[in-house]
Amino acid sequence: MFENLLKLPRYRGLIQSLVARELKARYRGSVLGFFWSFVNPLLLLLVYTFVFAYVMPPPRDIPNYALFLFCGLLPWTWFSASLLESSNVLITGGNLIKKVMFPAEILPIVTVLSNLVHFLLGLPILILFLIYFDAPIEPAELPWFPIALVIQLLLTLGFALILSALTVHFRDLKDILGNVMTLWFFATPIIYAWFNAPERIRPYLNLNPFTHLAITYQQILFFPADAAAAGGPPGHWKWLLALGAGSVGLFLFGYFLFDRLRDSFAEEV
Amino acid sequence: MNAIELTNVTKVYRKYARRKQFATLKSALLKGSLIQDLQPEETFPALQGVSFGVPAGRTCGVIGRNGSGKSTVLKLVAGITKPTTGTVKVEGRISALIELGAGFHPEISGRENVFINGIMLGLTKREVARRFDEIVEFAELQDFIDAPVKTYSSGMYMRLGFAVAIHVDPDVLLVDEVLAVGDAGFTHKCLDKFGEFKRRGKTILLVTHSLDLVERFCDEALWLDNGRVRGSGDPRRVVGAYLTDVGKSEERELARVEERAQADSAPAADDMRRQDEGRWGSREIEITSVLLKDAQGQTSHIFQSGEPMAIHLGVRAHEPNTDFVFGIGVYNAEGVNCYGTNTHLEDLTAQEIRGEGEVTFAIEALDLVEGTYKLDVAVHKLDGYPYDYHRLLYTFRVKSRSKEVGIYRPRHAWLFTPGIKLKKN
Repeated sequence: MFENLLKLPRYRGLIQSLVARELKARYRGSVLGFFWSFVNPLLLLLVYTFVFAYVMPPPRDIPNYALFLFCGLLPWTWFSASLLESSNVLITGGNLIKKVMFPAEILPIVTVLSNLVHFLLGLPILILFLIYFDAPIEPAELPWFPIALVIQLLLTLGFALILSALTVHFRDLKDILGNVMTLWFFATPIIYAWFNAPERIRPYLNLNPFTHLAITYQQILFFPADAAAAGGPPGHWKWLLALGAGSVGLFLFGYFLFDRLRDSFAEEV
Repeated sequence: MNAIELTNVTKVYRKYARRKQFATLKSALLKGSLIQDLQPEETFPALQGVSFGVPAGRTCGVIGRNGSGKSTVLKLVAGITKPTTGTVKVEGRISALIELGAGFHPEISGRENVFINGIMLGLTKREVARRFDEIVEFAELQDFIDAPVKTYSSGMYMRLGFAVAIHVDPDVLLVDEVLAVGDAGFTHKCLDKFGEFKRRGKTILLVTHSLDLVERFCDEALWLDNGRVRGSGDPRRVVGAYLTDVGKSEERELARVEERAQADSAPAADDMRRQDEGRWGSREIEITSVLLKDAQGQTSHIFQSGEPMAIHLGVRAHEPNTDFVFGIGVYNAEGVNCYGTNTHLEDLTAQEIRGEGEVTFAIEALDLVEGTYKLDVAVHKLDGYPYDYHRLLYTFRVKSRSKEVGIYRPRHAWLFTPGIKLKKN
């Protein structure tokens, strides 16, 4: 397993060009082209803002609710799109696995990375919003943003490897997954804040790895640090690091599982 | 030293059974094998105990019937699948022409696809850039290289795939029946490219149904039959043995078809012009058996062009009779009457037939081109009233080493004045 894992860096040229191809191919033929990467998160945000401004009343204790929502929604979109796409990626890429010598793990990795690029392209929109709302940012917390990002990357890769490998054997997974992701979304403090969740369900929320990522992003970007914690890390940092350790574990487990099932792909796809 | 070495390789696939997903997943996870937990009747052996080696720099052709395991061998050598048991060793960089353009993305341009495909096949970006012009020129796509691949014709698509794969500069080239990718000109170019590979000391493993190509082009041949090696070594010898075997099984197949045709042929209306096969007539004189025999007097359905053939008719007259004509007709697969004759046309006048006898139509040399032919045999009155008419009930095949076209193959020779030089392949 480690032998294969160490070979991965050798394929970075291939991963790079496949990610580039993925991005190019996605918008080929559409009028706005590449701008969709910016426009999509913006439209998503508009929808949620509309719902919570005109249909349902936004929580009163969160001012600038749209901005709050955006802080959690943007990373969630990366996460959920990666998982949904990677569950199918070995099957749609079956031609490569069956006809070319091709390290199969590249396919889910490319899926996660191209969604990462979309996430990064959404960041300028987020920054514009932060400036527009004049959000108070604590500079000492900002270095934690890339840390959270790397942890999310590992976590997403771990899930993507597991899902892509298992879907080859159980096609049912990709149908179940859509609903699981919807449930998962509502079980994560994205449209509501952690402190608004009822006391008794908080232990369950803590079991959800994405809870800690969402809270961290919100603390860095949205909630101004209180005077006592000013100059320090975001209040959730211990949880985040624990999740980091867990994500490394999940990634290794995912890679192990993928590696064990590797030989079956060419025959089962 | 062998560039490709297979030792006692067995490859077992599982037959597709929907309910066995958990079993296969479990054994794949725990034992690293897909089929461990399956019963023998749920699996299918594609290769059984196959061992062979291809020395570096040699070209080896793999032949065999459909489903004999040729493509599985190629996939194992390419490393796309792993053997169930046994070992596969390959020295050097491999490029597999298994499915051309397998990695192409339809939405992006040919140019971008060349780069990605090249990188997939193991080149670096810089290496692709250096060979790019050569690739495009080889594929003859200079005018279309910036158009999205989805607008390409299938020939253009294949040509581009072939051009990229061949420019990877592999040490070992695996080719799976891809020479049919383009028009004659392109096929020729591919062969030239293979020839160049050979000269440069590369190893080629070629899976093909073109026996002619194996004989002309390969240094050795491997004949697979039902997942086992039936023969290997000198291409001419192996191809010869393979052809003999194919002939035998065709023979069995034709005999079976003929048996069924005769069993099905109920007495039909008195219409001699009907096109479909059948048997009709009053049976006052009956044709009881029809046998085709070769030069050695053996019953056969396969004949070499130019060799003798004899048609033996067993006949029986229930009453002595004086008004009868024997006739035969040969039709090709398109239904064209290649030849027809009868005793009356050849100025033989009937005198008497009594009891049982045999009529032989001996052909000194069967000068027909390769193909499948059907036979009419009949005995009738001079005025056409049928005693026993067998229409298209017998099938034989003519084989030829050369691939001329038409129906008739006259005995001939090519002669040239000294200024015109040709060489025999």
